[in-house]
Amino acid sequence: MPSTPQDSVFDSDSQDRLDRIIATHAGREGPLLPILHDVQAEWGMIPEEAQPIIAKALGLTRAEVYGVVSFYHDFRDHPAGPHVLRLCRAEACISMGGDELADQICRALGIGWHETTPDGRLTLEPVFCLGLCACAPSAELDGKLIGRADAARISRMVAEVRA
Amino acid sequence: MRIFVPIDAAARALGADEVASALEAALQDQGVGARIIRNGTRGMIWLEPLVEVERDGIRHGFGPVTPEDVPALVAALAAGGLDHPRALGPVEDLPWMRGQTRLTFARVGVTDPVSMADYQAHGGLAGLRAAIAAGPEGIIGQVMESGLRGRGGAGFPTAIKWKTVAGADGPQKYIICNADEGDSGSFADRMLMEGDPLCLIEGMAIAAIATGATQGYVYIRSEYPDAIRAMTEAIGAARRHGMLGEAMLGSRFGYDMEVRVGAGAYVCGEETSLLNSLEGKRGVVRAKPPLPALQGFLGRPTVVNNVLSLAAVPWIMEHGGAAYGALGIGRSKGTIPIQIAGNVRHGGLYEAAFGMSLGQIVMEIGGGTASGRPVKAVQVGGPLGAYIPPAHFDVPFGYEELAGKDGLLGHAGITVFDDTADALKLARFAMEFCAVESCGKCTPCRIGSIRAVETLDRIAAGDGDAIPILTDLCNTMKWGSLCALGGFAPFPVMSLLTHFPDEFTGPANARKEAAE
Repeated sequence: MPSTPQDSVFDSDSQDRLDRIIATHAGREGPLLPILHDVQAEWGMIPEEAQPIIAKALGLTRAEVYGVVSFYHDFRDHPAGPHVLRLCRAEACISMGGDELADQICRALGIGWHETTPDGRLTLEPVFCLGLCACAPSAELDGKLIGRADAARISRMVAEVRA
Repeated sequence: MRIFVPIDAAARALGADEVASALEAALQDQGVGARIIRNGTRGMIWLEPLVEVERDGIRHGFGPVTPEDVPALVAALAAGGLDHPRALGPVEDLPWMRGQTRLTFARVGVTDPVSMADYQAHGGLAGLRAAIAAGPEGIIGQVMESGLRGRGGAGFPTAIKWKTVAGADGPQKYIICNADEGDSGSFADRMLMEGDPLCLIEGMAIAAIATGATQGYVYIRSEYPDAIRAMTEAIGAARRHGMLGEAMLGSRFGYDMEVRVGAGAYVCGEETSLLNSLEGKRGVVRAKPPLPALQGFLGRPTVVNNVLSLAAVPWIMEHGGAAYGALGIGRSKGTIPIQIAGNVRHGGLYEAAFGMSLGQIVMEIGGGTASGRPVKAVQVGGPLGAYIPPAHFDVPFGYEELAGKDGLLGHAGITVFDDTADALKLARFAMEFCAVESCGKCTPCRIGSIRAVETLDRIAAGDGDAIPILTDLCNTMKWGSLCALGGFAPFPVMSLLTHFPDEFTGPANARKEAAE
């Protein structure tokens, strides 16, 4: 099991918020993924404390819920920084210099994949295909898509959001 | 006057939103009366953002447009002209558009994606009406005659799958659309869901009538938020219109559907893994049998089809299976939306009958590489597809034809690489990707991919003895894996080893020099 974060995001009124999310999806076929997506939207991660509550509501074991949370790349066990930069690592982007772009960005930010800048402001994530393969290499900053990305443009946009 | 600015994610990634805002401001500043419509993309991604101005029923293109181009464009329009440095002339007359047979993508780029009125004005619902009249057996007969095969890559005849579900007993049957388009080089599903989501809904509704299913799900990958938004909106519009619900278009057939969002697992594009994910489980692959058609979602009879298979059906029902089946070559009938991507001059989506040569697609339609350097190879069919060098560009684009070159059609995405590409590095990437994305259920894939990465590292360090080990390992994975992830990951690796053996042998630095 992952270690509990030192300052848990799951505070006293969290139980009510979680109950509301679970109730929203009650009666759906296969409600676990929709619930987990909403939980992550609410807390920026899947808090460990939430897992037994979800398990009980759905008639699952804690292990089953943890198994699902840990299987999917999207679900986080600790929150990302307030800004997230995603760089595509897949073949179409590689063909247009995506590896070199990634090296430049990692060097400029001084961090590696899945890491957050020392100021805690920006997390760097790999992504395997944004479906922008005809305007590669591609990236995404806080949901804003970037086609034909280059290091100078990404750095400028990153500087803007970090300011 | 109507002005079209694409809302497609690729157009947005190239600045379409900024162009739309600049247009709105300039129209207001210059007092020009015009309505801005956000359409899908025509698929000419190198021209995006492609602005279209409608005059006398003809749509004139301008592209690629930047926000700085907009004031002069609006001034030209205000003066009644169409002159502008970015002017392309009537969009339908561009060679890229004229050369296509756009059946599935007929409306994409033309209409407002979520407007029911626009949809019907451009032929929408004709297929569903024909399906209601034909009934289940009539639909399956037409789809059988069309020769439509699974566009997700497996190429299984769609009508046979539907017939199996139609004949299965169950308290509830399902139509599940696989929109987990994870293959790099593929974006047709995304383009269709963003540009003509109602067409997919119509195709799923027809499948429901054919099989007796009353509930459907579109499983869309989380990396496609724009497609999720468009599909969700379109489902709402379809419900309000009575296209979905207890009595579709007033008929005796009832069907409804909703969007489900994946969570970043490539393997969930495999149908049994997708079913587990939809049920709220880990996305591990199931052994077959039982077939999903008999025991699929929640153990009930289920159709699982790709976006493009389902979206081809409204046209087939409107025009008849024979008209669709008259196109194509051999056992590859109808049209295929080809996606040309990567290091290519003219990248985008091109729908055509099966049978063009790979060389025609890459060199003539795609225009060769973006870098201007020679093509080294193209990868067809995503991360699990083979790399094919120009020496084999005479291969016709079709399921069996590509298989004959030890390749696969997959989802018809083509990624172009120029001569700077590093074959050994690409081979390593293929196995690294397989290792990261393996669901872990079967040993050849889970362990084999990791051992393959290690073996490729030995080869990179100059250990030629490791090459037979790699070949052996690839064979084990190919024949011993449970699903296509482990079973096909050897294809890119073996194709690179076959076509570029020099890059796998000899001292590491000699190889590096060769690539430079």
